Formats: sequence, structure tokens, C-alpha cells
Amino acid sequence: MGTYVPNTTTEQQKMLNAIGLSTMDELFDVIPNDVKLNAPLDIPKGMSEMEVSYKMKKIAGKNKVYDTIFRGCGAYRHYIPAIVKQVTSKEEFITAYTPYQAEISQGILQSIFEYQTMICELTGMQVSNASVYDGSTAAAEAVIMSKDRKRNKALVSASVNPMTIETIRTYIAGTDIEMEIIPEKDGLTDIESLKKMLGDDTACVLIQQPNFYGLLEDGDTIGGIMANTDIKYIMSCNPISLGILKAPAEYGVDIAVGEGQPLGIGLSFGGPYLGFMATTDKLMRRLPGRIVGETRDSKGRRAFVLTLQAREQHIRREKASSNICSNQALCAMTAAVYLAAMGREGLAQAAKLSMSKAHYLAERLCEIDGYELVYKGEFFNEFVTTVNTDADRVLSVLSEHEILGGYPLKGQKHKGHLLWCATEVNTKEEIDTMIQILKDIK
Amino acid sequence: MKLIFEKGNINRRLDLMPECDVPVVDVDERYKRKKEIRLPNVSETEISRHYTKLSKRTFGVNNGFYPLGSCTMKYNPKINDEIAKLPGFSDVHPLQPEHTVQGCLEVYKLAEEYLCEITGMDAMDFQPAAGAHGEFTGLKLIRAYHRDRNDTKRDKIIVPDSAHGTNPASAAMAGFTVINLPSTEEGFVDVDALRKVVGEDTAGFMLTNPNTIGLFEEHILEITSIIHEAGGLNYYDGANLNAIMGIARPGDMGFDVVHLNLHKTFSTPHGGGGPGSGPVGCKMHLTQYLPTPRIAEKDGMLTFEEKNGKSIGRVKDFYGNFLVVVRALTYMMTLGSEGLKNASENAVLNANYMLHMLKDTFDIPFGKGRCMHEFVISLEKLKKEKSVSALDFAKSLLDYEIHPPTMYFPLIVHEALMVEPTETETKETLDEVIAIYKELYDKAYTDPDSMHNSPATTPVGRPDEVAAARNPILRFF
Repeated sequence: MGTYVPNTTTEQQKMLNAIGLSTMDELFDVIPNDVKLNAPLDIPKGMSEMEVSYKMKKIAGKNKVYDTIFRGCGAYRHYIPAIVKQVTSKEEFITAYTPYQAEISQGILQSIFEYQTMICELTGMQVSNASVYDGSTAAAEAVIMSKDRKRNKALVSASVNPMTIETIRTYIAGTDIEMEIIPEKDGLTDIESLKKMLGDDTACVLIQQPNFYGLLEDGDTIGGIMANTDIKYIMSCNPISLGILKAPAEYGVDIAVGEGQPLGIGLSFGGPYLGFMATTDKLMRRLPGRIVGETRDSKGRRAFVLTLQAREQHIRREKASSNICSNQALCAMTAAVYLAAMGREGLAQAAKLSMSKAHYLAERLCEIDGYELVYKGEFFNEFVTTVNTDADRVLSVLSEHEILGGYPLKGQKHKGHLLWCATEVNTKEEIDTMIQILKDIK
Repeated sequence: MKLIFEKGNINRRLDLMPECDVPVVDVDERYKRKKEIRLPNVSETEISRHYTKLSKRTFGVNNGFYPLGSCTMKYNPKINDEIAKLPGFSDVHPLQPEHTVQGCLEVYKLAEEYLCEITGMDAMDFQPAAGAHGEFTGLKLIRAYHRDRNDTKRDKIIVPDSAHGTNPASAAMAGFTVINLPSTEEGFVDVDALRKVVGEDTAGFMLTNPNTIGLFEEHILEITSIIHEAGGLNYYDGANLNAIMGIARPGDMGFDVVHLNLHKTFSTPHGGGGPGSGPVGCKMHLTQYLPTPRIAEKDGMLTFEEKNGKSIGRVKDFYGNFLVVVRALTYMMTLGSEGLKNASENAVLNANYMLHMLKDTFDIPFGKGRCMHEFVISLEKLKKEKSVSALDFAKSLLDYEIHPPTMYFPLIVHEALMVEPTETETKETLDEVIAIYKELYDKAYTDPDSMHNSPATTPVGRPDEVAAARNPILRFF
């Protein structure tokens, strides 16, 4: 059996004797007999580190790690600079708890303050929190924070990632918040419908930019409709795209949210990822989760602390703005190191490369008979095409060539549609190779 | 210390990506960013040194004793991290075809099997990303259960006043009204009071057991049956599971739904605040409401089960904090049946040893000299006599390079310090810490001022928290 208990049995016995006991069992005398287990747990025996390592490697070996990925849909393979992995492997960062004791947690606190600053810079917003679980929970939290006494209806565009819509639905069930879906037209939020749906009870409008199909929404027009109203404009965005695309603040957004995974976090079969949330000064005290602020110690030295805690569950209990306690701090630090390594130009370069590769991929795909763009709108690094044969067959042929092809969209209207993605890691050669494979499928 | 924005030079950058090998596409003016992004302009050396400096200003479990009560800051085994870094886990897309992710699904399935046996539950779901998220999910199950039976008037969740703040916050977020239940003078659930508050509107009861003062609820079966008889369900907050692995199980105590904190009991690191993982387990009568997708076995293949109409739906993107679950599974495999029990025994032994050695000096109001895996000290007397508060005591510990206990929790103890040493500490460490605690106790009488002014040796002294909240500075630019 493996163990991390350092005390030897002799030491354990000594300690037991010191407290006037003779066996371990006596420590648990207080537990009523009728709830005590009378047999060992029916799970396998423990193993040595070497055996566990061997076993887990075998399990990992059952997964396929694709050489080439042309699939995004909320999880993206971008290049992760070596420095990012090194910095975030430091034992102190990994093994610390939430920075309750500020004096010995300045490292974590400062890293979060820097992260908050970077998220504000990316989104153009004024206040960022220290992270929430992921992009969808960030969107759900934004919907909840936009509700007030008069306004309880959330309008969510049909072109938002379906996982996000499902998560919001779960979050608001049982509360007095209602959700209505704004229909889509040509893959984009239908602005005419949106206009008709707005009312005195509308709390917020949520769109995704680029949207689920990779298309660029007319964020300005939507922003214009909501300007000078009390309706909160929520935008879920891809942080890499913000290297070249308009910042949410430039559209007049009130709450910017998104999935931070593209910022240096691995695919990891879906988690841990990073939910970012940023808003205006006006809504600052309604933000959920930890927030780090700068202050001074008694000697006037710069110091960082968890602040605005009157919003939080450990103080407000059932009146808190959210129940969140643990967040995704190490992922937030990962994003910060990534952004420091990339810099403004690096981020813009990654965005431009992703966009250019995706457009090249789209162009080449459309050379093939039967492959067409389903939507004509402008896109960033994802787009939807038809295929010329059974989509499952296309994908399995690609898989045999170690390529993960586009994501087969669900639902009747998307039958045979694939949602493709390219990022800076995809080379022209990879794209050309795949096109040849697709052309060869009979 | 300087911020990373205050370092570097405008022309410094890393060379990370190649030239574009396809025609460059530019963004249409309508979507083009005009607003400048002020990110650091630093070299790799500067990044490396910046974060090394920050790491030196951070206190992790690797730095020293970390008895943060309720948080179970045990040692985080390195093999767990090594396994989580395998490309077969870390470089797998969440939307790959099922036959290419059999290993990932196996991780979830094995972890479910282990945790169901450890807790006495029938199913376990890994979507919740943290403890509070698990609470929210578990409470949604309770809500779905009652609604499915057309028992719609059940809108109240009973929570003891000793509970973690997340309990009432999660209940409110899940759409329930919270009923706070005062504890007895001994720190237990007040069974008579509980009998009085239950009724036709009781949806459920949330309890941590051992409770937040480190005591096992002696009348647990009576408590859970009061709730069941009233038609409610029992929710187990798994924050303190580290005391009872292999010894007792929530499923045998009458709990219907549990959440666990893999970042506490199952040794996964806490990352300075996250990511954690807060799987939710439940008994058979609640499994149909669990979040989807669920993992099932079909013809020898693991697969994602289609959506079922009664599920509460999705609480998160994809399937959960997968790499955290990988670490927890590695840990459970390493320890196995015997090792998990041994871990709990030693967690309780270490806590009782410390308690025993401290009880003649400190006021430990509950438990009559015994505890489970943690205990709570009250410094009310020191506060009254010498104005030395729990905060002063905690800050003074920083100068000894040990992490203070949890302060001012639970709320039912004045000037509380909650000590949870965990099983991964040696007797020598405990003896040193006991000596330090006693030394500080004496100091409170001989030199209280130095304690008011502590810490003296940390990179910064006590920050001005009032100023931080009154005039918030939340970003650099």
C-alpha cells in the first residue's frame, strides 16, 4: 500500500499513549456502532508509486492524441509557450490555498491582480474578478448579476454555444429569472427579433462574439439598441480573438465573459479551464467571486488583499451575490503568464495567424465538390461547411490519418454540417494534406 | 514589489510563433479593434524572475505546516501531477469521438467506483468544479426530486448555524429559502429544535459530519430520520470526509446526496484558490436527476449517455475538472482500501494529539478533550484580558513560518481558531508547533503589543483592508 503518512507505527503508538488511548479504534469511539463500517472498503489494495504510474500510463494510452486538430467548439489547441508550463509548475503556486493570509500570500494575490488587469485590458472593461469555473458558468453568473427588482428576463441568442445555454438554464431553474432565446438568422443573432423581444422586464441580452458558428456578430447595432437603457449587454468572447477584434467595451458591453482556456491552458479533456468575468465600475459590487485589490501596509508598502468581501458567501451567507468559493486561480495565473509571454503583438499575431489559417482552410475545403460554407457572414477562426458524403465517414477517414476533423453539429437543420477550426498551430502543410485526403474519399 | 507592467521595455518580446505560411487575412474595419491593449513587454528572463519572486512570496503546503481547518491541506503527492501531465490526458480534446477517449472515460468510471464505495452512494458525477458548485448541484437534485413527485411546496433548506457559508449561499442560489438552525451548547445539531422546524415545506437538511467544530454528530441517525420522516432529503457536505474514510460512510448515516472536495480529502493541490473538483454523489432514488452527459458502459465500450428528461441539466462546460479527477484517482489507487483508512486514522490521531497537548493551555470549548480530524480553540479569554485576538495570534504565527489555522470560523465560537493538522505531518512538526502555540500564549501575557504588531518578518505587514474596500484599486492601469 502506498501512503503519505510519515509517522511510523511506533510513533503512532506513542501518540496514542500520550492521549491515554491504546488503539486507533478508540479514537472513533464517539461514532455510533450502527453507522460504523464493519468491513474494509471494497476497493482495490493500494499500490506502490511505480505500479500506479504504470497503470495510469496504460489508461492514458487508451486515449488518442491527435497530431492535427481542426476542431474547436469551446476548446482550442493553441501554442503554449514553455515558460508558461514552467512557471505554473512551481510548487508554491500549486500547493497554496486561497490567499486568506495576505502577508504570506502576496505572490498569489499579486498574480491575480495582474491577471485582473490583463482581463480588463483585453476586454476594455473596468473591473475583473479573480475567475470563475469556466466560460459557461461565467455567462450564467453574468445573467444572475444583471437581474434586478424590475427586470428578470434574460434574452440569449441562439448563436451562443449550446453548452452555455444549457448551463444558464440549469442555473436559473427555480429562481425568478426567465430565459428566452433570440432566434438566429443566417447563423447570426436576428436583430429584428431581438428588437421585438425587448421589454420593461428585460434584464440582459447575451451574445457570443465570435459566435458558436465562428461568425462575427453585429455587436455595434446590438449595442446601439441597448444604449441608454437599463438592459445589461453581456458578451461572451474568445480571448485570443481580442488581440485583433473589437473589445467588448467598444461595443458598449456591460459584462464581458468568456472561456479563458485558449490562453495557455491545455485541452485536458474539458477541464480545468478558466471563466473570466469583467464589468463596469458601476456593477463592481455585484460581481461574484474573489476580487483582489491593492492597498498599503502600515509601513506604506504596496500590498494586495482579497477585497469587497461583503459580496461573498463567507460573510453574507444566503444573501451573497454567488456561492462561489474555490475558483480557478492557477488557471488564471496560467493565462496571466501566457499573456505576459505573448505581449500585445504576440497575442495579435496568434489571432491573425488563427484567422488566416482558418480562411485558408475554408477556401481549400470549398474547392472540393460538395463542400460549401453554410453561412456567408464574416468569421474569425471557426466556420461551418457541408460535406459531400456521410460526415461520420469523413471524420473516421481523417481520424485514421491522425486528424481530428470538424465537429459534427447536432440537430436536424445541421445534418451533415461540420464546424471547423484552425489556430496558429495548424500549418499550411497540414491543411493541404487533409484536403488531399478529403479529395481522395470516394 | 514591482508589477509585471512596471518591468520591461516597449520593444522587448519573445519570438514564439513562425511567419504566416498562408495568405494573411485582415479583419474588416467594422470588427477591428481600436482600443490599445497594454500587456507587459518583457523578456523571458524577466518573466521567469518575476514569477520566481512571486513564488517566494507565496506559502504552500511545501513551505510548511498548514493546519487550515475545514480545508484539509494535506501533502499533494507529486506522482499525481506527473500523471496529469501525460499528453494522453492533457492533450485530449473534449469533443473527440468516444472510441478515442476510452481512457478518459475510464478515469471517470474508476473514480466513480472508488468514491461510491467510500461514501456509500450509488452514483457519482464529476461535473461540479468545486465544493460550492457541488452543493449547488446536489441541492438541484433535491429540488428535482420533490418536483418530480409533485411535492412543490418544499422550498426550505435547513442549515445549522455552524455550517460553511457556502451552504446557505448555495441553497439560496438553487432557489430555496434558508432556515438557520441554532446549535446546542455542546456544538451539535439541536435535535429538539430540528424536530420543531421540519414540516411539509422541508426540502432538505445540509450537514457537515464530523461537523465544523470537529465533532461527530452522535445522534446522526436520529437527525437524518427526522428529516426523512418529514419528507425531506439529507445533504452531506463532504468537507470533513478526511476524518472517516473506511470508518463510516455518509450513505450509511441516512444521507441521500453528498458532495466531496477532491482538493481536500483526495490530495489534489489547491492552486492558490482553485481549480478544485466537487463531485456529487447520490442514492439510487436521485440518480435520474444527475447532470448530463453521464457515462455508461455499452457493449464493452464506455460511452456518454444521451440526455434524460429528468436530469437537472448541465452545470458546466464539458464534463468537469478532468485533470483534478485524474490526480484524485491516482491518489486513491495509491492508498487503496487500507491506505485511505490509515490516512483518516492518522488525521484524527494527529488532531487529537495536538488537542491533548494544548488543552491545558488553551480554551477548547467543545468536545471534552477529544475531536475528530480538527478542533476549535477559542481565544475569547485572551481577547478580554490582553486584547490579543484570534487575528493577532494568527498573524504572530506567520513569524514562525507556519500557516495559521482558519480564523473566526465556525461563527458559533468567539475568537475561533480551527486547527486541522492532517495525517501528512510528522510528530516532530506537531511537537514544534505545539511549543510555538504555547510560547505565543505566554507572550500574549508578557508582550501583547508585539502580537498586535505582528507579523514582523513577512514581505508586507498587515494590509489596510478597510482602505482596500472603501477605495477599490482593482487593476494597474
